[in-house]
Amino acid sequence: MKTIKDVASLSECYDLLIIGAGPAGMVAAATGAEQGLSTLLIDENPAPGGQIYRGITTTPVAAKETLGADYWRGTDLVHALTASDAVYAPETTVWSVGPAAEGTSDPGRMEVGVSVGGAARLIQARQVIAATGALERPFPIPGWTLPGVMTAGGAQIALKTSGLVPDGRVVVAGSGPLLYLLTAQLRAAGATISVMLDTTPLENWGRAIRHASDFLRSPYLGKGLKLLLGAERGMRIVRGVTAISANGDSQVKSVRFRHGSKEEELPCDVLLLHQGVVPNINLANAVGCALDWDEDQLTWVPQTDDWYETSVKGFAIAGDGAGIGGAESAALRGRIAALGAGHRLGRLSANDRDQRAAPVRAELMRASRGRRFLDVLYRPAKAFRIPKADDTIVCRCEEVTAGKLRETVALGVTGPNQMKSFLRCGMGPCQGRLCGLTVTELIADARGVPPTEVGGYRLRPPIKPITLGELAALPKTPAAIKAVER
Amino acid sequence: MFRRLPDLGGETVNFTIDGRPATARLGDTVAAALLASGMESCRTTPVSGAPRAPYCMMGVCFECLVTINGIGNRQGCLIPVAEGMAVETQKGARAIASEYSAKGDAA
Repeated sequence: MKTIKDVASLSECYDLLIIGAGPAGMVAAATGAEQGLSTLLIDENPAPGGQIYRGITTTPVAAKETLGADYWRGTDLVHALTASDAVYAPETTVWSVGPAAEGTSDPGRMEVGVSVGGAARLIQARQVIAATGALERPFPIPGWTLPGVMTAGGAQIALKTSGLVPDGRVVVAGSGPLLYLLTAQLRAAGATISVMLDTTPLENWGRAIRHASDFLRSPYLGKGLKLLLGAERGMRIVRGVTAISANGDSQVKSVRFRHGSKEEELPCDVLLLHQGVVPNINLANAVGCALDWDEDQLTWVPQTDDWYETSVKGFAIAGDGAGIGGAESAALRGRIAALGAGHRLGRLSANDRDQRAAPVRAELMRASRGRRFLDVLYRPAKAFRIPKADDTIVCRCEEVTAGKLRETVALGVTGPNQMKSFLRCGMGPCQGRLCGLTVTELIADARGVPPTEVGGYRLRPPIKPITLGELAALPKTPAAIKAVER
Repeated sequence: MFRRLPDLGGETVNFTIDGRPATARLGDTVAAALLASGMESCRTTPVSGAPRAPYCMMGVCFECLVTINGIGNRQGCLIPVAEGMAVETQKGARAIASEYSAKGDAA
């Protein structure tokens, strides 16, 4: 592996360009290089690993049992990447991906805008695989913008990269297997967590039980039981929580919650929120990939074929960005996507590609077993997706509340894009990454129609911050200059 | 809000927060260094002036925006802290630099 730290060192064109160095991206890069493709792996973080294996080559948390065996499994993926001929560009952002200018012989050739250390450049790729992973589902409760409130995943990143643990009276709240895993890791590292507020709707059990047989035969069972039993020791767990609010002026001071008919308020210095993860589809959306609404996972999922190629030729999505499946599944999907790209580039015959993918697909079947049970069981409650209280902030950047959104729906606004021009929701620096799902679901709920009828934000490049100076310094084609000349 | 685990070792990095000297561990991102330093918030919002602190730590939420070495709106959670780095918290919306507004007044 060769590491590049400035835009000038990048080639004009790569056979395969991969965005994101999590499990899917690392495996896709190694698989691309193994086929002899010139392969570039771009990542915005300083070291490989993505979020699940964040800091795996740099973490100061040395005791293996703190982060657990599943975390350290990522080491093998890093080794495979390091041993490959792929080019790796850390601390590099991709701010646009689009079809390359006319006149190339490759039907799927893409132009990719990248930025490293304040310098931007446009390069080309004959195939692109986005391995942009997942992000934590928005958790809009009253007070969730207060300092001291953060995502449980955020606290986990602080632990993995810097050996930091939340201090004082720590409350974790939400739902899902990752909530229990993150809690276990933080406690193993020495954090004291005073209470866990479990928001899993109790009625989900009835629906989930139908999918239990696969789960019972999956590796999730053993892991899940261990986490559940561990959580019960030395920590209060409140189940069936139906409402939560964070309170304080400049900092969270207390958390109030309802369970059954009881209301309680506890002092709190750090509140960690988590209710599952959803695909990070910002790039896919900006590229123009067709998206479907997944009613089990309550999120947009890009349409892909058997090789994870999207509706946009030459642009594939591997890993959790194409639908949540977890780290193991992401790595396998990274390999399948890179084999697909190799075939599209004429490097592998269809037969060769299929033969190499067959054992990976078998593994993927096994790794996916039991997921449906988890999806259904941990489907987050409506009250935590569509805030009931009108003064709850939905768009954190522009500080747009649920009440404002509902008022505007009443005026006849039918979807998120029209909503932007009324309220600026989704138009702040995060570009709707944190409110997109909430806004779609809230409008759908207020209109009494399914989310597909409402749609999502239409995103446009640049999808990551880039300075005007960087843009201005890019070479311009004669056609582009003519377009703005008077 | 956060504390460092004991006995981590690693190199110390010296930087400043709003001009005050601070230390971090080599490998920290700016956002992690701010959390470790005991900072309660890293900016106030342009809309209402409400205080905000790092929220997602993975480049998604843009809550940890800070000024780094004079360049505003940098994502603190994606940038490793470096020796001598000047980190400034951001207060509300950015004002237009006085030299430009002065010219505007004169015109």
